[in-house]
Amino acid sequence: MPENPVACPDCDLLQHIPLLPPQGKALCCRCGRVLATNKPGANERTLALAIGAAIVFIIANAFPLMGLSAAGREVDTTIIGGAWVMWQEGQQMTAALVALCAVVAPAAYIGIIIVVLFAVRVYHPAPVWVGGLLKWAELAQEWAMAEVMMLGILVALVKIADLATVVIGVGIFATGALIALITAVAINFTPEEIWAQVQWSSGRTPVFVNTATQTVHQGQGAEK
Amino acid sequence: MSAREPKAMSSGLALCRYCELLSKFTSTHKASYCPRCGNELAFRRHEAIQRTWALIIAAAICYIPANLLPVMTSITVVGAHADTIIGGVILLYQTGSWHLALIVLIASVMIPMAKLFALAYLLITVQNRSTKSNRERVRLYRLVEFIGRWSMLDVFVIAFVVALVQLKPLMAAQPRYGILFFAAVVILTIFAAQSFDPRLIWDSDNKMEKLNE
Repeated sequence: MPENPVACPDCDLLQHIPLLPPQGKALCCRCGRVLATNKPGANERTLALAIGAAIVFIIANAFPLMGLSAAGREVDTTIIGGAWVMWQEGQQMTAALVALCAVVAPAAYIGIIIVVLFAVRVYHPAPVWVGGLLKWAELAQEWAMAEVMMLGILVALVKIADLATVVIGVGIFATGALIALITAVAINFTPEEIWAQVQWSSGRTPVFVNTATQTVHQGQGAEK
Repeated sequence: MSAREPKAMSSGLALCRYCELLSKFTSTHKASYCPRCGNELAFRRHEAIQRTWALIIAAAICYIPANLLPVMTSITVVGAHADTIIGGVILLYQTGSWHLALIVLIASVMIPMAKLFALAYLLITVQNRSTKSNRERVRLYRLVEFIGRWSMLDVFVIAFVVALVQLKPLMAAQPRYGILFFAAVVILTIFAAQSFDPRLIWDSDNKMEKLNE
């Protein structure tokens, strides 16, 4: 067995990660899952993208997505408005789900990533709570569905285009930019690099890891 | 096969589900915790097979009212009209945008169904200890995980149609209970995909090792 093995999360095969060239990635030799990547400067790039995403997120939520006008009357909606009307119409659970996937989870994802990336810049090693936030980031990412929402908005537009005049708002363009930025954040963010700098909950200070390789600390399972 | 492809579990190493730290994990009676993030260690996700079955059965049950009950009522001066998921697809097709109708049909009807069948297939092959086409099965699993979120499409469509079509008394749209069941199908299938453990696919190649609890 090679030194410092890693286990593939999808097939449990133990293997050794070789030194990776910049932009290189290591795939599991049995099932093909990406096991490690080497993205020089990923943290700085991700932080910049995440701050951009936060600004665009505020714009996307503050301005109307689109409006509908007929017979001299006009209604418009923001992102949260989609959930709010549904809540008022008696579908509270579905409304909560829409609010979660459209607003809460994307906001949490962007916010957590900004905090985590600032924390690893300031603290060496990063405090234990950074690890806690990383778990939340993963959860938030799963439920952040800005891209699905965007397609939903487009389908909704086509459905109502025949009924009345549709007015496109600023929010819809900001949402488009938000999708691009969130995707870029997700591509550049490397949680394993952050984890390697986090203070262990068992009290051990992590050995600073050369970011060019994903070195795995082989710790003894602590018993509580 | 297994001798040349060492498994973490056979070497007494467990991968933390959250921080992906590989730790020595010996005790199966006492709970062991990841030294880095403090989460409970396990060789495999707890009761993956039972949980995934339970969730896909629940999703399959919700799939029936999700498709039979109306998801939205449109009220115009002419009268009220209730639409099911399929009804919405047909309406979209008739109003001329067949490509959008196809996208909604795939996202709302075919993806949830395909997810249920794919997960059931993975569970059955794991339970039959199949060793065939492991790589393809793990790819299928990744596809199920990746594609699941797109089923939320119709929930968003209904939400934004309802939010906009509020020109009473001229026209109005109201969400109906079908959308709740539909949302339940989406959530349950996402949870089902998360509770399955793809490593079980590769566990069949040697004698069943002592699984974690």
